[in-house]
Amino acid sequence: MAETKGVFIVGEVVEGKLAAVSTELLGIGRKLANDLGQELAAVLIGSGVGDLANEAISFGADKVYVIDNPMFADYTTDGYALAMEKLNAEVAPEIILMAQTFTGMDLSPRLAFKLGAATILDCVDLAIEDGKLQKTKPVYGGNAVAVYVSETKPQMATIRAKAFEPLAQDTSRSGEVVNFDPGLDASVIRQKVTGKVKEEVEGIKLEDAEVVVCGGRGLGSSEAFGDLQELAKLMGGAVGASRPPCDSGWIPTNAQIGLTGKMVAPNVYIGIALSGSSQHQAGMSGSKNIIAINKDPEANIFGIAHYGVVGDYKKVLPAFKEKCQELLGK
Amino acid sequence: MNMIVCVKQVIDPETPAASFKIDPEAKKAVASKDKGMVISPFDENAVEAAMKVKDAAGGDGKVMILSMGGDSAKDVIKHSLAMGGDEGYKLTDPAFDDSDAYATAATIAEAIKKIGDYDIIFCGRQEGDWDAGQVGSGIAEILGIPSVTPIQKIEVSDGKATVERVLADGYETIEVPLPLLVTVSNEIGEPRYATLKGIMAAAKKQVTNWSSADVTPAQARSQMLKIYIPVHEGKCEFVEGETVEEAGANLAAKLREAKLI
Repeated sequence: MAETKGVFIVGEVVEGKLAAVSTELLGIGRKLANDLGQELAAVLIGSGVGDLANEAISFGADKVYVIDNPMFADYTTDGYALAMEKLNAEVAPEIILMAQTFTGMDLSPRLAFKLGAATILDCVDLAIEDGKLQKTKPVYGGNAVAVYVSETKPQMATIRAKAFEPLAQDTSRSGEVVNFDPGLDASVIRQKVTGKVKEEVEGIKLEDAEVVVCGGRGLGSSEAFGDLQELAKLMGGAVGASRPPCDSGWIPTNAQIGLTGKMVAPNVYIGIALSGSSQHQAGMSGSKNIIAINKDPEANIFGIAHYGVVGDYKKVLPAFKEKCQELLGK
Repeated sequence: MNMIVCVKQVIDPETPAASFKIDPEAKKAVASKDKGMVISPFDENAVEAAMKVKDAAGGDGKVMILSMGGDSAKDVIKHSLAMGGDEGYKLTDPAFDDSDAYATAATIAEAIKKIGDYDIIFCGRQEGDWDAGQVGSGIAEILGIPSVTPIQKIEVSDGKATVERVLADGYETIEVPLPLLVTVSNEIGEPRYATLKGIMAAAKKQVTNWSSADVTPAQARSQMLKIYIPVHEGKCEFVEGETVEEAGANLAAKLREAKLI
């Protein structure tokens, strides 16, 4: 096996800028590279992404591989996996990290299997121990945490958003930019992207809201979510849901907070009539102040809540809202 | 149209945190005998996806259910057959136990090659126990077929599929030739109930049992060093009142006190 060297992160471009999670990848990538005494490289794949190489360098990359071609304008499994396979054959990195985005969670496993390597997705911690990458990830929906290693190379993982910190941006940093041509023909890509539909959310985005009001199965209907919308508006926040209300069609699926939904960490999280399954907790346990209203005193959510009221939300919520209105002078 | 759905039996993901225990020697959660074992939720969505394709073709097509697991995996095969699957394949052998994502995908891929004809393979986007989220993509890579993950809709015509792939704030439409593998997300829709008629019909459907004599076990590529339940520090302050309504009002007052409102 060829000697492997270098920590690689696959960066993503969102609205013409390096995605926040890509700067987080560079943050943990820098630490791992330092621990190994190796270089940190960023890989940017797309069309017209070369301009972002300097941004990657300013966030910690020593080198940036730019794979720029119209055939990569849309993410496709085949396009990106084959391009990475070519790059890996050429440069033989020790570690390849990606983010647990819809791109990373698709690309990392496909690429790992293609390279005869192993990846672990959604890691909340990464560390070098005895020269090997230890990968820590939540399992059983978040009820437990497992630590994995692998003997195969490259060592791969995806990171959960906001699990790691970016370095402070330093635009005076210098690095090397390498244009890499994987020499692929567009015909090798079997996935043809024919359209994209964006489901706009009204008001504040869940991930950015300082206050999140979240409803669960106990709400029983889409009308009940209207009450939550009013409370959220009053408190200047956004409305989310656990999975059951989304599956029942009471609220659009883009409101789902959880392991396979949005991850939020607001200053105030209020969970109403939701049990707080581990999968849901995975999406909000980082919230600074967790408040729960549930008629079941044994509900899981009370295990992580800071404040709670045991009672039927239909009685608790109106009184809570009224008092809030009074206190806020509205 | 031949479809294969890969399903896994897991410890009920809705097990309350208070009853959830880890066996540190076995390095996995403790199952309370055979109670509390269910079909992995996203795998049930995968069965639903296959049934939607079969329905759209007027009932034409064969849906094969494949499960790698212990002997009790026959229960999730039975459940999937009751939802409308046509025949089952069960992979059971101590040599298949405690496989990582690679070994699982490799073993299942070999079983699929043995089954032979397939147009679409459906998997859940991630399993309800390990949440690895890799087996579907791995099976596709080993078989050399294209994959799209995760999807919320699939339509088939003229030897190709049009799928909707889930994105963070919406979806994209993708055209891809058959044979194809997709992993399925809950946005596909609620899985249909197994009716009494379906359950009775399932009892008569063929299930083939394979062991390591039929399908070669594979070597894992990842090792689990340890598994533990994180300790949560902190306590919930329960706010009360003479009435439940008063408790609600007191809660708002308490939050104001904490400068959260």
